[in-house]
Amino acid sequence: MSNKRVVSSTINGQQVEFLTEPQQSLLECLRDTLGLTGSKEGCNDGNCGACSVLINNRLVNACLMLGIEIEGKDVVTVEGLADVHELHPVQEAFVLEDGLQCGYCTPGFIVATKALLDKNANPTEDEIRFWLAGNLCRCTGYDKIVRSVRLASQLMNDAKEGLQ
Amino acid sequence: MKPASFKYYAPESLEEALVLKAQYGDEARILAGGQSLIPAMNFRIMQPTVLLDLNLLAELSYTSSKDSAVLHIGAMTRLSEVEDDPLIADRVALLHESLPYIAHPQIRNRGTVGGNIAHADPAAELPVIALATDSRFRVQSTNGSRWINSDDFFRGYFETAIEPNEILVELEVPFHVTNTGWAFLEVSRRSGDYAMAGIAVLITLDRDYICRQARLVYLNLSDAPLEAKQSADMLVGETLSDELIEQVANKASEEEIMPMESLHATVNYQRHLACILTKRALELAYGRAKET
Ligand SMILES: Cc1cc2nc3c(=O)[nH]c(=O)nc-3n(C[C@H](O)[C@H](O)[C@H](O)COP(=O)(O)OP(=O)(O)OC[C@H]3O[C@@H](n4cnc5c(N)ncnc54)[C@H](O)[C@@H]3O)c2cc1C
Ligand code: FES
Ligand code: FES
Repeated sequence: MSNKRVVSSTINGQQVEFLTEPQQSLLECLRDTLGLTGSKEGCNDGNCGACSVLINNRLVNACLMLGIEIEGKDVVTVEGLADVHELHPVQEAFVLEDGLQCGYCTPGFIVATKALLDKNANPTEDEIRFWLAGNLCRCTGYDKIVRSVRLASQLMNDAKEGLQ
Repeated sequence: MKPASFKYYAPESLEEALVLKAQYGDEARILAGGQSLIPAMNFRIMQPTVLLDLNLLAELSYTSSKDSAVLHIGAMTRLSEVEDDPLIADRVALLHESLPYIAHPQIRNRGTVGGNIAHADPAAELPVIALATDSRFRVQSTNGSRWINSDDFFRGYFETAIEPNEILVELEVPFHVTNTGWAFLEVSRRSGDYAMAGIAVLITLDRDYICRQARLVYLNLSDAPLEAKQSADMLVGETLSDELIEQVANKASEEEIMPMESLHATVNYQRHLACILTKRALELAYGRAKET
């Protein structure tokens, strides 16, 4: 029996409408209905952060929200960070510092890092580790990820100064 | 696995939500932040047939202090909003200090004060803080609303005094009075995990540093937040010497807490943690009380 409803929201700057059953998670809607497979499913219970996305600029786990709950909301996924020509500075920094190996956790870390740097442009190492505690990586090791975040902070601050 | 299907309502007013709750009773689960409910549904530990989503109720999301003694926090206020609230940091420092221990930023951005309390996990932070601060809860139904004291509210694992037709609408937290010291400490295996043991302490001194009031509440050392009343009473009328702190820590950890063996900690280890946390928390709270 289908119980589908229409949801309209803004995803990565574009107005979208999609159909969802109430029990479908936002993660399932993003990946299976909308084809945005950047956000990953690691655990489906809030522990790994691989599904991290921004809703109205706040970092959340897409596996723990229903798709139906984003009606009228503004969603940013990892696909929304780069523009056509350039990677986002956070992405650039993860490449330069080798902040990934298999890459499964990376979209989550990148979105979580963007949320951190939007809130705190110069985080200390402790602040970085505390903020990223909800994101798990099973292969790279956290030191390289922390270095990537520090570089991202530097790149973003340099870009801001460049504009002034 | 994915959740089983359910009927979904997203009421646009509290009144509408209460009518639906009265109609469906126990069958209807409240969806607040979903940070405990949705994982349980994803793994089909829970399969509610009706979901009442409160996320459209902006009227339940606020912090307000109309009088100078207490703060009201709406049930749908997000944990991260409480964490970032400067008034709470200043005047209910114990609550502020506990927030970073709750899960991770992703989860605090979504999880709510009401959900954390109504879920009544013995390892959750806010029930412990509510009991330590002597907070009250307001629950509402189509018949009206009533206040429940925190020491009547928690009834055991995931059990509260909320009736099937009721919704938790707000929390009332007294501000700390002058000369009060606070401390919240816990031990968990990783940052953000549910803790193996924790403690909240509030002590109030008089001008001669004699303890006038003391509350010791333990996290995950019983089937609900546990207030160690006899141990706390040993402090009243006394100055806090090292010997007294030692005696209180021994009494609480040996006689008052009721830990259950778990995968991560034996009963002996939990008693050991409780003893050490009690000493550290009392020293910290005492030092802070002398400074305020
Ligand atoms: C990985 C992970 C780690 C976590 N670690 C911790 C931790 O260390 N400490 C901690 O305290 N919590 C932790 N949590 C739980 C988190 O804090 C939850 O957000 C919180 O316990 C429930 O809040 P919620 O708003 O998400 O409630 P929901 O999940 O929406 O609801 C929880 C329960 O309460 C009921 N309920 C909710 N609101 C009301 C209301 N207003 N009236 C009546 N009933 C209501 C629901 O029906 C449901 O049964 C963790 C969660 C995850 C996923
Ligand atoms: S898949 Fe969402 S937190 Fe792991
Ligand atoms: S890069 Fe493989 S899990 Fe993080």
